[in-house]
Amino acid sequence: MSDLTYLTALQLRDAIAAGEASAEQAACAHLDRIGRLNPTLGAFLDVWEAPAIAQARAIDARRAAGRPIGPLGGVPVALKDNLCTRHGATTCGSKMLADFHAPYDAHVVERIAAADGVILGKTNMDEFAMGSSTEHSAVGRTVNPWATHCVPGGSSGGSAVAVAARLAPVALGSDTGGSIRQPGSFCGVVALKPTYGRVSRYGLVAFASSLDQIGPFGRTVADAAWLLRAVAGRDPRDSTSVDAPVPDYLATLDQPIEGLRVGIVREFFGEGLDSQVKSAVDVALSALQGRGAKLVEVSLPHATRYAIAAYYIVATAEASSNLARYDGVHYGHRAASPADCLDVYLSSRAEALGEEVKRRIMLGTYALSSGYYDAYYLRALKVRRLIRNDFDAAFKQVDVVAGPTSPTTAFALGARSDDPLAMYLCDVYTTACNLAGLPGINVPCGFDDAGKPIGLQMMAQAFEEEKLLRAARMYEQTADWSARAPAL
Amino acid sequence: MTDAATQSAALDVRLVVGLEIHVQLATATKMFCRCKLEFGAPPNTRVCPVCLGMPGSLPVMNRRAFELAVRTAMALDCTVARFTKWDRKSYYYPDLPKNYQISQYDLPLGSAGRLTIPSADGTKDIRVRRAHLEEDAGKLLHEGAGATSQVDLNRTGTPLLEIVTEPDLSSPQEVGDFGRELRRLVRHLGVSEANMQMGQMRLEPNINLVIRKDGAEYRTPIVECKNLNSFRHVEAAVEYEAKRQLAEWQKTGVTIETGSKSTRGWDPDRGVTFLQREKEEAHDYRYFPDPDLAPVVMDDAWLADIRATVCERPIARRARYVAELGLDAADADQIVEERANADLFEAAATALPGGKGARRLAKLLLSEGNKRANERGGLLADLPIAAGRWAEVVALLEGSKISATAAGTVIDELLTRDDAPEAIARAKGLIQTSDAADLAPLIEAVLADNPKAVADAAGPKGAKALGPLIGQVIKKSGGSANPKVVQELLKQKLGL
Repeated sequence: MSDLTYLTALQLRDAIAAGEASAEQAACAHLDRIGRLNPTLGAFLDVWEAPAIAQARAIDARRAAGRPIGPLGGVPVALKDNLCTRHGATTCGSKMLADFHAPYDAHVVERIAAADGVILGKTNMDEFAMGSSTEHSAVGRTVNPWATHCVPGGSSGGSAVAVAARLAPVALGSDTGGSIRQPGSFCGVVALKPTYGRVSRYGLVAFASSLDQIGPFGRTVADAAWLLRAVAGRDPRDSTSVDAPVPDYLATLDQPIEGLRVGIVREFFGEGLDSQVKSAVDVALSALQGRGAKLVEVSLPHATRYAIAAYYIVATAEASSNLARYDGVHYGHRAASPADCLDVYLSSRAEALGEEVKRRIMLGTYALSSGYYDAYYLRALKVRRLIRNDFDAAFKQVDVVAGPTSPTTAFALGARSDDPLAMYLCDVYTTACNLAGLPGINVPCGFDDAGKPIGLQMMAQAFEEEKLLRAARMYEQTADWSARAPAL
Repeated sequence: MTDAATQSAALDVRLVVGLEIHVQLATATKMFCRCKLEFGAPPNTRVCPVCLGMPGSLPVMNRRAFELAVRTAMALDCTVARFTKWDRKSYYYPDLPKNYQISQYDLPLGSAGRLTIPSADGTKDIRVRRAHLEEDAGKLLHEGAGATSQVDLNRTGTPLLEIVTEPDLSSPQEVGDFGRELRRLVRHLGVSEANMQMGQMRLEPNINLVIRKDGAEYRTPIVECKNLNSFRHVEAAVEYEAKRQLAEWQKTGVTIETGSKSTRGWDPDRGVTFLQREKEEAHDYRYFPDPDLAPVVMDDAWLADIRATVCERPIARRARYVAELGLDAADADQIVEERANADLFEAAATALPGGKGARRLAKLLLSEGNKRANERGGLLADLPIAAGRWAEVVALLEGSKISATAAGTVIDELLTRDDAPEAIARAKGLIQTSDAADLAPLIEAVLADNPKAVADAAGPKGAKALGPLIGQVIKKSGGSANPKVVQELLKQKLGL
């Protein structure tokens, strides 16, 4: 084994299982690489060196004793820093929680530990997952490994970078309006947002509860499928998690879907789409056609412009309520010498919440205010219903719908910092999927002239991750972009 | 209102009161987490990430709490919603860790019900506007002279059923009666202990007056009263408010149109209400459906299961005891106050031979039974005497086999061992001889031995002189002769 960091997660699992490498060696190889590259990339906020090695050694010892090992088999995993962990801080990219130590592990963290995934640490993100570039993090700066002057996308930028730069074979992120898929696209990795309710949100610091969903990053479709299976399933602590069987995605992954019908979303190819992105996606769709897929043009009339509008009402409304708890009273940042009780709230929040978070809290508060509720929140819910209807109609004709994940490739750091609307338009193709609660995936489908990755997005009906993953795998078999690594 | 009315004979003043009641449901754990509900535990020891509102925590509905709430709504004759949801009510307060309360806004689980309460002329129906479930907040402790307050979150997340009435109450007495009847109801249903001192039942009356003067009608601004932890305080506060509002109106002429709603606290020491909040602050709670909780959909089977747990309402029980079992109204009131006592009474009444003696049973339970229960610091129903035994004691009394005094002795004995009361009475020599044939020889002998007493009885004193003779007969019987029967037999014998 020359460099364990160049193996996919499944290859690494097999290498460990075969005794060709130990879990400790796998952890150390990645920790070494993090040590070398993280100062430049800023993917990790907190590296769990000692606990990772300890966990890996414990797994190796168990294997040596002939005792069973969990399905993640000692493979390292990175976690977005909005997943609560007993170890270390859970900052959520915010000054508010910079010193917050959760008293419990999120459901997915428990599942990973129980499955013998070795946790390498916590990755950077936009504050409270609000952003599309990870530039809104108040606690760290993350850059794109393919072009270090560019953003990695967001909000799960740290996890996307960790996987793209081989600092971790796989990682978990969260996706509220594109926060897994869009950085996946910018960083050239497979990135899956599962169906709403597929993975328990217990222990995921909430941004917008009806949209948030945890999902995997991997360099291959198989790696993402494998990690999804380890964390998916009903959890009684999350009333919105669904008790649907979790299939063995890997068992069917390599079987092409006979007569796959792919819906080309007309509205995803309109104004604002970068021409290089468009042609790469076109090529990818043709490749699918080459594998026997039937391409059908479909329309999701509410899924772009209206989706963005509805998304920024629903998400901000829920956020304004979810973030009300950060008040300096019970935990988190508290102003040093408040004048009175009200000032505890005002100063603590003013000092510790960033611009973008404040903007969204104000938008959401406004949308829920008496007299405006019907015009904004209620109307957004109606649009949400229309978007779901659009998808329902499309899925009568096709198995999956497809288009670009993002209208552009990674943009330069700071390029959109002063223009919140331009930043919001990064999510133009991704929010509909969350509003409809569907699974969506980004699969790398090429590079632009500047060598920055381009992503193909596909979406399927609720709980049809198996079909979605197989379709993604069909494309991946035509052009394995994961062989290419950023020069670091 | 009579006082106020007589003070201003020209005025027609009507008191209008609606109630908001919070009833703490008697679940083992909290509304949305599994923390134990325990009054008086050390501060912040009955808490978890969920009720502390920690980042990433999620609520999970306590199904038991929901069922208890629906049971109550059914007993209040409410329309029970088949589809309800949870809403967030947003406001900032240090005792509310999430800075929103999970409640039910536009789809309460119960609506349009009523509670029948006792009134001077029988009963009166008070309409219930809605009943909904919500979580309680924590408590702020302002102790010591320091400038800081402390927060205890043990109570956070306690399931509360909020019941809102229509403004159908028209006197302090009625307000108190409503509270007491509701308390009896929820205790009978087993949904709450409803201990007011422990805050398990909180009443907040909304009070105003409708005044008619010279053909015009004036309504005073509505006052909401808080800090009322006993029915007596509730009644006193309503009484006080009625007078205060009339005086205020006479002084300033302020009405509901010109004034504003206010909140007043009750000062039990001074017996007055005091202003807490002058203007109803423009509260915007920004209600919206809680995305962390699924709506609750009730199917027929679930509704039927809950309906099967709704017991007979105490007021109906009381009426039945009076009409069918011949109890005095006051005794029926007392028996029905505690469901366990009423259940005991009913089980015993059913066991009475020929169904006779229910009235005596009630009196026996309330006198001899209660006395002993109080000595032991428990309920009547907690005494170790089975319902059937009580019935047997009453049967002995009904058959004049034992005296009332002897019944007390038998009951004391029953507290130490479970045995047939008749066997106990016999063993203790408490069985009365009431048989004329058995008593005749004794009476003959006594009359023969006491000529002077017989002469007295024949004289002007008449039957009043029988006392010593009765005493002699009882003595001769070894204490077992039934004094009443002896008296009757003596009267017959002496032709009195």
